[in-house]
Amino acid sequence: MKEMKVDAIKDGSVIDHLPPGKALEIVKILKPSPTASILLGTNLVSGKMGQKDIVKIVNHELGRDELNTLALLAPEATLTIIRDYKIYQKSKVELPSQVADLFTCPNPNCITNAEPAASRFHILPGPPREMRCHYCEKVYKAEEVVEGRV
Amino acid sequence: MNNLISMNDLSRDEILELVQLAGDIEEGRINPSLKGTLTALLFFEPSTRTSFSFDAAAKRLGGATLIMSGTGNTSVKKGETLADTLRTIAEYADLIVMRNRFEGAARYASEQVGVPVINAGDGANQHPTQALLDLYSIAKTQGTLENLTVGLVGDLRYGRTVHSLVQALSPFKPKFHLLSPAHLALPDYLLRELDNKGIPYEQSETIESAVPDMDIMYVTRIQRERFPDQEEYERLKGSYIIRNATLEKAKKNMKLLHPLPRVEEIATEVDDSPRAYYFPQAKNGMYMRQAILSTLLEVL
Repeated sequence: MKEMKVDAIKDGSVIDHLPPGKALEIVKILKPSPTASILLGTNLVSGKMGQKDIVKIVNHELGRDELNTLALLAPEATLTIIRDYKIYQKSKVELPSQVADLFTCPNPNCITNAEPAASRFHILPGPPREMRCHYCEKVYKAEEVVEGRV
Repeated sequence: MNNLISMNDLSRDEILELVQLAGDIEEGRINPSLKGTLTALLFFEPSTRTSFSFDAAAKRLGGATLIMSGTGNTSVKKGETLADTLRTIAEYADLIVMRNRFEGAARYASEQVGVPVINAGDGANQHPTQALLDLYSIAKTQGTLENLTVGLVGDLRYGRTVHSLVQALSPFKPKFHLLSPAHLALPDYLLRELDNKGIPYEQSETIESAVPDMDIMYVTRIQRERFPDQEEYERLKGSYIIRNATLEKAKKNMKLLHPLPRVEEIATEVDDSPRAYYFPQAKNGMYMRQAILSTLLEVL
């Protein structure tokens, strides 16, 4: 079966090798600018994975916070930065050991929800992928925390 | 050790050093002086027992204290942030002891100020000085902290003293009996910690069959307000009251601990039993807090 192609982009980010069915959720959580053009491919044929999703964000290069978020949601993903139709940089996402000021702690009684304090989570060795709040010490599933991205 | 925030931060050696030091202070082998030091006791939630224990600990070693209990007449009530309150007080005091209803408050505080911070309770999270005084009490009564079987009874879900104690004992190869109503069971994240560390535990809703196995029985209060259904509370509370009869089959060395205040979960008839250790346990708290204050104020 011939693989369906998602249109090439001139400049921006290509997030490939996402688990099938994850593309929409990832775009929703990454929250690129509201006017950004985004191309989605879902349940595409993949040699490595059987099926995969792919997201292309036009004119936007993912920054460190977005990469960390992506790593928590889809640790197997690859990111390619495209400049003028050419591959500028290609990398596998890497799981950070901790993330700061990126997510809200799901614990309503955590000090970071009461004071103007930046949240901080330690990423625990998985699976399952779990995160421990640096302050209230509660452990959460990564998806649960990532959904609350600020 | 720069602060005392969570039992998770302490190594096995640091725990043993504090237990040893508390014993040395109690027995008069080491006499640290806190003369010239000022310790701020900031209890954003009112407390008598823990604040008195710290106050006595500091004053009996010649140190001075500032005490805030509740936030009634303070700028906290005017909307001042915790960070600002602490930064101001850190300008006067050499050390801050704090209790706050928000979890993680003490860790956050320690990052805001340049003086040592001791966590005297942060919401349902940690109460490390209680855990350390519990360890000191266990070591004193059992002669060791290693390989003990500990029964935890009552509210294991919301009781922060239980959470800290479970973590505090973890390096010493304990075995736990977790005895509570189902909806007040030890939180999943702590059960997972036990699983990951390979620490054996048994969970049950009844106490009796576990009693003969225990070296320590640690009882906590089941609070009425934790029950959505008051009839359920009335029905259950009786099953978690310790009487002399409950302890009949206990081992000779078994001691009964309770973080206090006790309401009715240990019948007063037990107070005269050689197994009752909750009042000496409170006194041990003062020596352990002296050990902690002396270490953090670097007067040893």
